Amino acid sequence: METLEPILAEHPFLQGLEPRHLHLIVGCASNVRFEAGQFLCREGEEADQFYIIRHGKVAVEIFGAQKGPITIQTIGEGEILGWSWLIPPYHWHFDARAVELTRAIALDGKCLRTKCENDHDLGYELLKRFSHVMEQRLEATRLQLLDVYGNNS
Amino acid sequence: MATILENHSADPMMPVPFRVQRLRQDTYDTFTLELQPANGVRKFAFAAGQFNMLYVFGVGEVPISISGDPAKPQTLVHTTRAVGVVTKAMRKLQRGGMVGVRGPFGTHWPVAEALGSDVVIVAGGIGLAPLRPALYALLARREKYGKVVLLYGARTPEDILYRRELERWRARLDLEVYVTVDRAAGNWRGNVGVVTTLIPKAPFDPRSAVAMVCGPEIMMRFTMLELQKRGVATENIFLSMERNMKCAVGFCGHCQFGPAFICKDGPVFRYDQIKELFAKREI
Ligand SMILES: Cc1cc2nc3c(=O)[nH]c(=O)nc-3n(C[C@H](O)[C@H](O)[C@H](O)COP(=O)(O)OP(=O)(O)OC[C@H]3O[C@@H](n4cnc5c(N)ncnc54)[C@H](O)[C@@H]3O)c2cc1C
Ligand code: FES
Repeated sequence: METLEPILAEHPFLQGLEPRHLHLIVGCASNVRFEAGQFLCREGEEADQFYIIRHGKVAVEIFGAQKGPITIQTIGEGEILGWSWLIPPYHWHFDARAVELTRAIALDGKCLRTKCENDHDLGYELLKRFSHVMEQRLEATRLQLLDVYGNNS
Repeated sequence: MATILENHSADPMMPVPFRVQRLRQDTYDTFTLELQPANGVRKFAFAAGQFNMLYVFGVGEVPISISGDPAKPQTLVHTTRAVGVVTKAMRKLQRGGMVGVRGPFGTHWPVAEALGSDVVIVAGGIGLAPLRPALYALLARREKYGKVVLLYGARTPEDILYRRELERWRARLDLEVYVTVDRAAGNWRGNVGVVTTLIPKAPFDPRSAVAMVCGPEIMMRFTMLELQKRGVATENIFLSMERNMKCAVGFCGHCQFGPAFICKDGPVFRYDQIKELFAKREI
């Protein structure tokens, strides 16, 4: 049977990972697809997955009581959605909704957490990669908060 | 190099009267003025990236980039965001109203120097206005360039400038247009995130690309970092700077930027030549 290993190996997020680690990860991976409008996750729900986006576009939203959903970021091909699976209490902090037909690889967080506990090298590798994603997001959020194009610039 | 062209006032300090031919509201706080000379002058030649001093009589004078097509010098076009005394007064002008014009001043985008290269244009907010003439010039000789990519960031979908034109550009097969906003309500189907997030994925060859960047200074700082991370050489990155101006011809020192004056050594600078100054906070 064809596995997801070659696809994962080529994805920018996992590039350069040792084959034995890739092999461990692939055991927790499955192909998923979301139609436009479908939610990938909901705020407050248990975060037992993260997604490697292959095609399409996902809007990360927060829900303001008066304002309704506000998109704070979109994530597309080659990017990663979600790190709540890595940080207790493992709950999603945002809603994420497919803006268009989106294909992704879902990684089972519980499965991965166990593997990371058993193999700290794998855990460290993943943590390094996720820290990088988080750092980029933080930087982008800071810039967004500065409201640079607005009257306050 | 500042260029005072024929058909303009011989004295660069003397405004030439222009009449408002058309005023278009682009967004809730941004408008475009189309001006025609009131004194019989038929052309206003300029290079993409240059600016004029626009004088609202009785109120004051402000530097505004020319946002029209350099190949159509019969009409002088300026896109302005109303932020303060002069620009708000300018917004209230009506068809037939008078504006004083001094210019064109300043350096220009390296449209000719980029021949044969990929070109990536990064614009933030009103920064798209000074870059629009460069896009017109690139598209006029489209076959002479490699890939041409426009990356544009605005605050919200309501702040997006030149919407219809962006749509036309997006429909072209020879131009890559990516638009992103900082935040959006649920019905926006485009990208959300700061403009710098578009740079890693944009389809251009960093080894040969010439980058032209205009936006708020902080946005340009982060853009410089991303472009360099992507591998664009600092001598191939150009940016347009803003400072308060008074004379626009290098006399008064209002626009001083280290040893340079923005009005005559800029507004368009090659990044490697101002890199050290650009990194300083207060200049
Ligand atoms: C070379 C050059 C080219 C320019 N091109 C354009 C252009 O094409 N279109 C355009 O809209 N503007 C452009 N500007 C900026 C424009 O000159 C200023 O917005 C204008 O001078 C403000 O004048 P004002 O009298 O309306 O505001 P002021 O009364 O002087 O200022 C009112 C308030 O607005 C703030 N403010 C001033 N300028 C800006 C700004 N640029 N952004 C945000 N807040 C500001 C001030 O800090 C103040 O709080 C350019 C500036 C330069 C130096
Ligand atoms: S505005 Fe007077 S020196 Fe530049």
